[in-house]
Parts: sequence; C-alpha cells; structure tokens
Amino acid sequence: MITLQTPITNEDVSKLHVGEKVLISGTIYTARDAAHMRLVDEKDPKFEIDGSIIFYVGPTPPRDGVVIGASGPTSSYRMDTLAIPLMEKGLKLMIGKGDRSEDFRHKMIKNNSAYLIATGGAGALLSSRIISSEVIMYEDLGPEAIRKLEVKDFPCFVAYDVHGGNIFKR
Amino acid sequence: MQEKVNLLFIYIIIEINMFVWYYYCVNKEGEHMRNLNPETITNIVKESVIKINYELEDSLVSLIRKAKQNETNNIASSILDDIIENQEIAKKGSIPLCQDTGLVVVFMEIGREVYVDGDIYDAINEGVRLGYSEGYLRKSVVNHPFNRVNTKDNTPAIIHTKIVPGDKIKLKIASKGGGSENMSNVTMLTPTEGIEGVKKLVLDTIFNAGGKPCPPIIVGVGIGGNLEKSALLAKEAILRELDDESEDQTIKQLEQDLYKEINDLGVGPMGVGGNTTCLAVKINYFPMHIASLPVAINIQCHSSRHTEVIV
Ligand code: SF4
Repeated sequence: MITLQTPITNEDVSKLHVGEKVLISGTIYTARDAAHMRLVDEKDPKFEIDGSIIFYVGPTPPRDGVVIGASGPTSSYRMDTLAIPLMEKGLKLMIGKGDRSEDFRHKMIKNNSAYLIATGGAGALLSSRIISSEVIMYEDLGPEAIRKLEVKDFPCFVAYDVHGGNIFKR
Repeated sequence: MQEKVNLLFIYIIIEINMFVWYYYCVNKEGEHMRNLNPETITNIVKESVIKINYELEDSLVSLIRKAKQNETNNIASSILDDIIENQEIAKKGSIPLCQDTGLVVVFMEIGREVYVDGDIYDAINEGVRLGYSEGYLRKSVVNHPFNRVNTKDNTPAIIHTKIVPGDKIKLKIASKGGGSENMSNVTMLTPTEGIEGVKKLVLDTIFNAGGKPCPPIIVGVGIGGNLEKSALLAKEAILRELDDESEDQTIKQLEQDLYKEINDLGVGPMGVGGNTTCLAVKINYFPMHIASLPVAINIQCHSSRHTEVIV
C-alpha cells in the first residue's frame, strides 16, 4: 500500500506500480466531460494543473450538514482525448473507472502521468473520505462543475503506470 | 290515423329501450371500473426512486457476498468488500449508493378495469421530479442530443405501457445508470448464426466493455421480435427476480452456460481480473421474422436499483 500527499511529483508517479493500492490525502479536483471541454481552452484556470490530480466524478447534491453527496468515479475513456493537453500541462494523476485507449496510455507514459481507478458504484463509501468540497469553476455545470476537494486516505488502485503496467490486460 | 298512432307507439318503445340500455351500460361500467387518483401513482414513483437509490435488494447483496467468498484475486476481493461496505453506508439514508442515480425507466401494466382520472404519464414524471429533489438524487437528464441542457429534475422518464386484464396497475420502476447502459448492444444476427452466434455476441460485448459498466454485472439478453422489441426484452430481463430461471429449457440452458462462460472471461470486478464478472444472466425471447435473429444485450451494473409496486 502506498500513501500519497498532493501535489504529486514525478518521483511519486515513478514509484507507482500497477495493481498497488494507493491512499491519497490532500487536494484533488473534479472534472468530467463538460468541464474538460472548457478546461482545455481555459485562459484562467483556478487551480495549478501542474502536479494536480483530477477525479472524474459528478456527485449527487449533498444534504444539509453533509460535505458532499455520493462521489464515485465515472468512466474515464470519454476523457481520453481531452486529458492529453492537460497532461502536457503537468496533470499527474487521473482517477476514474474502466480501461482507456492505447493512444491515451502511450501519451500518459510520455508525459510521466499515471491513471488510477476507484471502485465504481461505491459513491457513498468514497464520499466518506472527502473532508471538504468547494465549487471553484463552471458552477453552471451543476454536478459537472469543477470542485476542489480535500481528501483523507482516498482509496484507489494503480491501473496504468509509467512502466507500462496495465491492470486490464488479459 | 291509426297507422300514425302505431308508429308513434313503436318510436316510444324504441326510445325507452335505448334509454334502459344506456342506463344499464353506464351503471355496469360504474360498477366495474376502479377509479385511481393520479396522485397515488406520483407518490409511488416518488417513494420508489428514493428507496431504490439508497437500498439494494437483499437477494442482490447476498449474491455479492457469495461472490466475495469465491473470489481468489486480491484486488477483486477488495473491490467486492468496497461494494458491500458501500451499500451498508447508503442504507443509513444520507448518501445514495452511487453518484449516477440514473435515468428512470418504468414498465407499467394497466388493468383494463382501472380508470385514472388524469394523465398517467404526467403523474409518473411528477413522481420522478419530487423523488429526485426530495431524495437528493443527481439530475442526469439533458434535453437534446447536441444542446445538452440539463432538464434539472431528471425528467422525462422512459415509460412503457401494457394493457392487461384486471383492475390493478403494476409499476416496475428502475433507476438505470449511464455507464452500464452505454456498454449495451443490439445486433441483427442471421438465423443460421444460431445459439453459437448469440453466445459469441454476448461474450464479445462483455469482454469489450471490460471494467466500464462496473462489473460484477447482471446481463439481460433479449432474443427475437425485431429491432426495438429485442431491446425491450433485454431491459425487461434485467428486471427479473435474481433467482428465477427461464421456463424454456433451451433458454434456461443458455442462461446457465453464459453465466459460466462470462465469469470465465476473467474481466472481474471493475475490470481488474478475477472470478466475478457477472452475478446473473437473464434471457427473454419472442417470436420473430423468418429472416431475422435480433439480439439485444442490456448490461446492468452491480448497483441494480429497481422495484415493483402493484396498486
Ligand atoms: S455503471 Fe452503475 S455503479 Fe457504475 S457508476 Fe454507473 S450507475 Fe454507478
């Protein structure tokens, strides 16, 4: 088991190996399809993309007194193309579910980034590891807005590492 | 003169008869038609969508627990633990099972002898609207393929209707996630491809979907009918009781064979490998054209949220 503290460095990425369980603590950002479409051309992103982690999620609305609603990963393959320019800007880790294109995986290795998966459909469990949540960009997108999350021991598995490892390979 | 009186007499008799007949019919109808308030339907839908998004049915949870006991892959086993723990947290009622609280699908069987005083489709959509707001569920419906503006209340629901005998209404209500729906497939096979063709199609579809539909999955297969009928059969199949089996021997055998062969694919929970790819396979069939063998595969993720209410 590996523990990671944000921001993520190149050394952090190199020590990740496929299949390992990772517990993340620190700040991560949410973005899915619609936010990615805007973020790639964004002149003024409200967070430092270099060294960051993006979590592919659109949470349910929280009840009063609850930090965030259910927050499990959405399928990552839909973000394959748009993730490339973000990795070129220094995006280090992506958290989602399911396999992605080979083109994505090669570009990911080239940019020294890695892809993690969290348990899909475990939105209630994962939200219990989120300490705070704040919308920082694209509020009009509702569940698809970009949120800044503080997380403690957020559980993931390494799916693609920089050494060529691929958890989905049969 | 006498003739005129006779005609008048006959006319009066006919009128009286028609009146008696009309009165009888109205009364008969009144006796047999059951009146149902649309608000009753709205309430059922509202309460159902909230309940299913917080609580999985017991039979599903015990299948997942059983899968966990048989799982030999460590990562797979840890994912199954997460799924079990997740439903325990959600059951407490403050956070839904999954962030994708789905698109609502309703299969409605309306008895011929029930009368709903209002628009039943509006009543269902109102239930969705209220349930998704009061239950803190995510609104995941957009209005147009390209404008993609959120309708903000998770309507409209997809509603299928059947007229049946009796004076009851049966509602099968599901919240269907997008991730697993996206991995579904309809293919028009040729009759000569037969049972082997169907098997290959199902196995390829599930293998190619990998971890995207959140395995372990429930696989619904619709065989026959035509293009749209096969898809409906597959959707109805994923709503079947988890422990039932087809009454047709050939289809029952195919369900059992596919269950084994799908798990032998080794896709595993979330695609990480392991013994648990599917929890159940359900196949529904229907007669079809001599030239056709339509096959639809509807994939349901482990977060299978549905219920059935009779009113
Ligand atoms: S496929 Fe099912 S479990 Fe997975 S994210 Fe979608 S709704 Fe949730």
